[in-house]
Amino acid sequence: MGRSYKVSRRDFVKLVSGFFGTIMGAGIALPAIGYVLDPALKSGGAREQWIPLGPVDQYQVGVPAPFNFTRTQVNGWERTSSSYGGFVVRESETDFKVLSNICTHLGCRVAWEETENAYVCPCHDAAFTVDGEVISGPPPRPLDEYEFKIEDGNLFIFFKEG
Amino acid sequence: MASKVFEWLDERLGLNDMYKALLDRPEPEGTWWNTLGSASLFLFIMQGVTGIFLLMYYTPSPDHAYDSIQYIMNEVAFGWLIRGIHHWGANLMVFIVFVHMLRVFTTASYKYPRELTWVIGVLLLLTTLGLGLTGYLLPWNQRSYFATTVATEIAGLVPFAGDFITRVMRGGTDLSALTLSRFFATHVWVLPATLALLITAHLYLIIRHGESEYPSEED
Repeated sequence: MGRSYKVSRRDFVKLVSGFFGTIMGAGIALPAIGYVLDPALKSGGAREQWIPLGPVDQYQVGVPAPFNFTRTQVNGWERTSSSYGGFVVRESETDFKVLSNICTHLGCRVAWEETENAYVCPCHDAAFTVDGEVISGPPPRPLDEYEFKIEDGNLFIFFKEG
Repeated sequence: MASKVFEWLDERLGLNDMYKALLDRPEPEGTWWNTLGSASLFLFIMQGVTGIFLLMYYTPSPDHAYDSIQYIMNEVAFGWLIRGIHHWGANLMVFIVFVHMLRVFTTASYKYPRELTWVIGVLLLLTTLGLGLTGYLLPWNQRSYFATTVATEIAGLVPFAGDFITRVMRGGTDLSALTLSRFFATHVWVLPATLALLITAHLYLIIRHGESEYPSEED
């Protein structure tokens, strides 16, 4: 027909291959980037939450009541369970204190000893008062406290990972 | 500017010469059947890339292999896509390599001077099948476990050495954690490295001899 093409056949093929090649490449590369970055972009689930400790009526004034709970951390396909515990101390009808049972010295678990009227740490014989103050031994500070709230007559403590 | 950079590089690397030798070589009239080798190469690269991505999450231990794959499929963004490409790419690669062999056979392209290309091609097919066999166990589900049990038992039918071969494949008498690790190592390093070397030799021979012409009526 004597018509001249501005784009040669070879250039056309190059262009089309380049075009679809780019689309295919991006179609693979973009998901791949998301795939690699994925765990970094995830929040890792709830790391803080309110743990219910039952009705306040069950706690007697002046008697530390032990409690414990377990949290499960899921990282990918691995689950790690950790136990936590402490004592609910009802100081009066209205005043509460929730203590962690982790000794502030090296992290052993303290236990309430009725006879000594103290929390005693099995590792280095540290002793704490019913309110968590250090009586004797190496701990640098009083027992840690959990933040708590009372809703509809139920006690809740605020748990924070780490 | 770009062309100056290219010229500078070309003068030192010989990019144009490389292009002419590798891609711009003269070829006889061909059909789509002549593209199967390139398709196999493309699939191999694809399997390599998606395989490396899968390695980022996969764990080759009996405790975690299955869970890590569930994690890839259900939790990781586009994990299903990466694994899907690897899974179907593997099936397709075995198929394409096999059809490639049929094409070379029916067009008599294995004859002088290309006998070695054919021999290496047979090794390439076997290595590809080996990758399929070893990869099949890695999901560590019921199907893969018993498929490998059967496959290693079949290998045990070899006269005299059979029992020994089964034990070498399993890393002991039973299918165990040892089997999983050795299949894994074979799948991600031994066979891919072998395949890459064989592909290099295969491509060298193809570039050296050029592609064969289809036989004419006089042949």
